[in-house]
Amino acid sequence: MAVRARIEVENVSVWFPLYHGSSRSLKKMVVAAASGRLGQDQQQRVVVRALQDINLSLEQGDRLGLVGSNGAGKTTLLRVLAGIYEPVTGRLRVQGSLNALLDPSLGMNMELTGRENILLRGLYNGLPKPMLPRLEEDVAQFAELSDFLDLPVRIYSAGMVVRLGFALATAIKPQILLMDEWFLAGDAVFLEKAKHRLEEMVRGADILVLSSHQVEIIRDWCTRVLWLDQGKIRADGAPQAVLSQYLGTPLEIA
Amino acid sequence: MRYPRRVMSTTTIAATASLDLKADMSASSRHRLAIDDLVRGARLWRLAFALGWLDIRLRYRGSMLGPFWLTISTGVMVAALGVLYSTLFKMDISDYLPFLALSQVLWGFLSALVSEGCTTFTEAESVIRSVRMPFSVFAARTLIRNTIVLGHNILVIVVTFAIFSRWPGWEGLMAIPGLLLWIVDALALTLLLGAFCARFRDIQPIVNSVMQIMFFVTPVIWKPEQLGTGMAKLPLNPFFDLLEIVRGPLLGGGALTTTAWLGAIGFSLMLCVVSWAFFTRARGRITFWI
Repeated sequence: MAVRARIEVENVSVWFPLYHGSSRSLKKMVVAAASGRLGQDQQQRVVVRALQDINLSLEQGDRLGLVGSNGAGKTTLLRVLAGIYEPVTGRLRVQGSLNALLDPSLGMNMELTGRENILLRGLYNGLPKPMLPRLEEDVAQFAELSDFLDLPVRIYSAGMVVRLGFALATAIKPQILLMDEWFLAGDAVFLEKAKHRLEEMVRGADILVLSSHQVEIIRDWCTRVLWLDQGKIRADGAPQAVLSQYLGTPLEIA
Repeated sequence: MRYPRRVMSTTTIAATASLDLKADMSASSRHRLAIDDLVRGARLWRLAFALGWLDIRLRYRGSMLGPFWLTISTGVMVAALGVLYSTLFKMDISDYLPFLALSQVLWGFLSALVSEGCTTFTEAESVIRSVRMPFSVFAARTLIRNTIVLGHNILVIVVTFAIFSRWPGWEGLMAIPGLLLWIVDALALTLLLGAFCARFRDIQPIVNSVMQIMFFVTPVIWKPEQLGTGMAKLPLNPFFDLLEIVRGPLLGGGALTTTAWLGAIGFSLMLCVVSWAFFTRARGRITFWI
């Protein structure tokens, strides 16, 4: 059926040019000197080195967890894997269908009805027309919107919006699943049903890359952990070893 | 793209895809990726149409007449300007008003396209930063949105032509090749301006000022013949050429239509070459700029 899922990252670096705003302000120069992450490219522009020389190879069955402090480059790495940020150096090769859960409100429009939002998501994913009714049925059923499905999302309760967003994000099953930490932080995950649906999606994926601050989730779901620090790989290996190093203490076996 | 069929569950499976991105790309792989962008964008035509329609629908949400407010405001503007200028220029209103209605509507399309082309990518920032999406989809969206506006405004032209019974006849069909050229130019222009304005935020105000000047320099509210001897120089203005290839046939053949076509093709070629050259280099960087 489909190709074998594979991710190959070779010497990838990503630099953010600082074009807008006061990129050369004194404050930023001081911060730069302190962190050593600001530099200048060949054209003397100020850039942030968000990722430096990342090497990574993932095969079918791999479940990779990304850990690291805020701003370590976890989300940037997910965006690189999703093909959103194209590498400045190095090479990225991805095989297999991919779904990146990065933005909870991707394509969600508050002025549209629930049904229209579902169809729009289908279009964003380039689904052919015959598949749209199935997507609609699946999302509507999970989100339990019943009569609200044909009303604008604007009038939904907060819980309904979360359910719809969650149902939309988890409706399309990819071979490669990239998940950012926000996804596990929502209230929706605490519902047993949502947890079940998410776990089903994770199990169904050939490759999982998950970024999270919650060590328990990484430990439960991942078979490999990558510790990012200031855009560089600090450690890469089995969850036990890397997590205990990351936390500074040996990991307790729960 | 292939979609595995599974009937027993409601599971929707994502389309298979592959990705190969290399930094330090050669010119040929840059072109390959840019062509790939256009091809994938064309496959997502249904999304581009949906987004274009949505923009219009949301702009007029809750209003009773909806997008027909566009028709009404253009109609009022044309009627007011028509009466004013036919008096000022001492022209026969039955001759001037159809000309003005047509020119004003077509110019409105061109200038809105140029101005909105600047925000093609910046307005889609959240989508561009959360999913890999061909950039040509957003260019198509800007084009489709403005075509819908044009579609509503055509009513003003039809009504004016009906009042003064100035039907163009079969010759009017010659406007169609002109409109096709507009589509090509519109896509080239939105890709170019969208990327350029994402990188240099000062461009948009400059573009808007230039378009303001072009409105007066181009025969939109005045007729080319009023220029007298200077008329021969008009084809040097790209907006005149583009306007004339559509307007000329609809008004029963302007004197300059052939020259305008030469100019329009020449300027369009230049635009496409510049746009492609910039887009192939900028495509991978746009995400970092917005």
